[in-house]
Amino acid sequence: MTDLYAAQRAMRNMRKAALQRGVVAILDVGTSKIACLVLRFDGDGFVGGEGVGALAGQSSFRVIGAATTRSRGVRFGEIDAMAETERAIRTAVQAAQKMAQTRVDHVIACFSGGQPRSYGLDGQVEVEQNIVSEQDVARVLAASEVPDYGPHREVLHAQPVNFALDHRSGLSDPRGQAGQNLAVDMHMLTVDGAVIQNLLYCIKRCDLEVAGVASGAYVSGISALVEDEQELGAACVDMGGGSTDVSIFMKKHMIYADSVRMGGDHVTSDIAMGLQIPAATAERIKTFYGGVVATGMDDREMIEVGGDSGDWERDRRTVSRSEVIGIIRPRVEEILEGVRECLDAAGFEHLPSQQIVLTGGASQIPGLDTLAPKILGQQVRIGRPLRVQGLPQAATGAAFASAVGLCLFAANPQDEWWDFEIPTERYPARSLKRAMRWFKDNW
Amino acid sequence: MRPIDPVEFAKAPTMGGSARVSEAVARALRTRLGDTSSHAPARPRDPAPSRAAYRFNRLWLTPSFRFFMRRIAPVLAIAGCVGLWFADADNRMAFNDTVAEVKRDIQNRPEFMVKLMAIDGASGELSEDIREITSLDFPLSSFDLDLPGMLEQIESLDAVAEAGLRVRAGGILQIDITERTPAVVWRGPHGLEMLDVDGHRVAALEHRVDRPDLPLIAGVGAERDVAEALAILNAAKPIMPRLRGLVRVGERRWNVVLDRDQVIMLPEENPLGAMAQVMALDQAKDLLGRDVKAVDMRRPNRPTLQLTEAAQDEMRRLQSVELGVSFR
Repeated sequence: MTDLYAAQRAMRNMRKAALQRGVVAILDVGTSKIACLVLRFDGDGFVGGEGVGALAGQSSFRVIGAATTRSRGVRFGEIDAMAETERAIRTAVQAAQKMAQTRVDHVIACFSGGQPRSYGLDGQVEVEQNIVSEQDVARVLAASEVPDYGPHREVLHAQPVNFALDHRSGLSDPRGQAGQNLAVDMHMLTVDGAVIQNLLYCIKRCDLEVAGVASGAYVSGISALVEDEQELGAACVDMGGGSTDVSIFMKKHMIYADSVRMGGDHVTSDIAMGLQIPAATAERIKTFYGGVVATGMDDREMIEVGGDSGDWERDRRTVSRSEVIGIIRPRVEEILEGVRECLDAAGFEHLPSQQIVLTGGASQIPGLDTLAPKILGQQVRIGRPLRVQGLPQAATGAAFASAVGLCLFAANPQDEWWDFEIPTERYPARSLKRAMRWFKDNW
Repeated sequence: MRPIDPVEFAKAPTMGGSARVSEAVARALRTRLGDTSSHAPARPRDPAPSRAAYRFNRLWLTPSFRFFMRRIAPVLAIAGCVGLWFADADNRMAFNDTVAEVKRDIQNRPEFMVKLMAIDGASGELSEDIREITSLDFPLSSFDLDLPGMLEQIESLDAVAEAGLRVRAGGILQIDITERTPAVVWRGPHGLEMLDVDGHRVAALEHRVDRPDLPLIAGVGAERDVAEALAILNAAKPIMPRLRGLVRVGERRWNVVLDRDQVIMLPEENPLGAMAQVMALDQAKDLLGRDVKAVDMRRPNRPTLQLTEAAQDEMRRLQSVELGVSFR
């Protein structure tokens, strides 16, 4: 646990240093693309105007550089070929730096792989002096029972989502309140340790300092869900290239995250295999002619696929669009069913609001808004990320939900476990604070 | 480390891509046809920057490095080149020679040449003196003229009260001289000298008779009070034909010496008033025409006469006649 504390606190300090300097890079390492945004924090840019509030923190920064490149060496959101990924990251970072005309040293990264697993933790402690102090909060967080999440896994997020004082629950900040019995509910997200290590190593090889790591499911939820949905309860489904992330939000806290290891690239490979064409052609056909609902018109729309076998005279094939749709639809259904399973496992049906927001690159497939309600329930919408200042038009699409969410995460991150005070008992023996405490207790 | 094959950039075959296969087939077909010369289909170029390029790019985007390379480094480079060139003594000498030559060429242009000297307001003798001390060889570049130095030289001549030097259009060195006018002849320790109103030496005088028009003054410290002497002389105009000169006594007062060895002793203070008193007496009683040896005005409220021997005897005789006694 102390290791985790140290690593995460170091990252948080790095983030502070980056904000001090004013420039920080956002790196979304996805399966199909790697996006890099360069943010400039310059005090309060937009402080609200007529009828518009200062926005939830996204007015404090501005995107000054944006670049995206085809991802290489990443499978299922995990780094598969490190040298390739490093090169892709270098490409994206250099292009973003060029656009920003500045050098960035600190980077906040997110990834969606690593088989995220959610755990609900709770702890309970007696308040020492009738009034809840910082130390009590620290002790109750420390008192949470950490489940055995496996030897090769790392805690990525650990956020207190709810405090309860005696019989009152749903407190967001119990400090200063009178009570006897303080309890906390925490949400902890663990991912495969090797995946994080690989990512950090990759970023380090690009001469960049890591100022934070976030889960892709979490950050795309931040950007794609509107404030009411986050408050009342909603699920965000980020349909990426290699994996589909599911995160459930309630009372503005993430309470569950999971991922389905299927995404848009699987659709592409299905097309490539089904039609016997190269992956690049399949990708092109998918984006131009893809869909999930076939109509009679689609039977007549013939698509030239081409064999690309060097025998242009004889090897020229065409498929109808309905055939393509016939290949795409089962895979999309399979993905959505996987999402359904995740939601069922999380007990999503018990939430007061059943809103589901689909985002990510694969959510742009036409007809998804008619297919998804059949599997996921009635309240489904296709979401696009929040608009932030300076973001190029090309980067405002659904595929950039996690990159934009990461910007918001960088601007005002949620307090995590390691951001709270360390309980006194855990301090080193020679700590001055401990001496102060001894004085307070004995005099 | 083994070299990276760009074919690896393509998606793995499990992703459904048959690009590698088709590429291999095409390659095989080409070799079978013996078409080795035709270039292979362009593989997708790797857009990733190399590690060195990436590092250099980041370095270049560092503001301090950028400032150094764009502002300071060029200056340093130029300064270094110039410094290296000048480090050689031959180069330095050649440079200095070139500079001197160009400078000389410009200075010797006809526009800047001075061809002659014109002296205004000086007597013949003085202009000779001036030409002698300036000793210039015309034609001469006006850059080589040391006008302030020459002005100092000319003004150091005794006969020159004020001088003005300028190079006139047409290459003429114009010298305007205001000469000192001698006011008195002074018999000093070095013989006869002419002084102007301020007591400044103008020139030496061989003989008194050379300038009979100027009054004579003598005595220690006489040259320091020429103005007062002139005022006294002015007051003594009625007796000017008889006047021989003024003598400064004890560096504090004047004696007016007339012919027949008559002396008018003037007081220290207000000598002009005393002189006027003597002139009034002279005009009223013809004082100086009588047998008087000295008129002592050192106490203006009690003028004293000193008679000659003969006059004293005559006066005594007359008094004895008046008194009816004879003291002889």
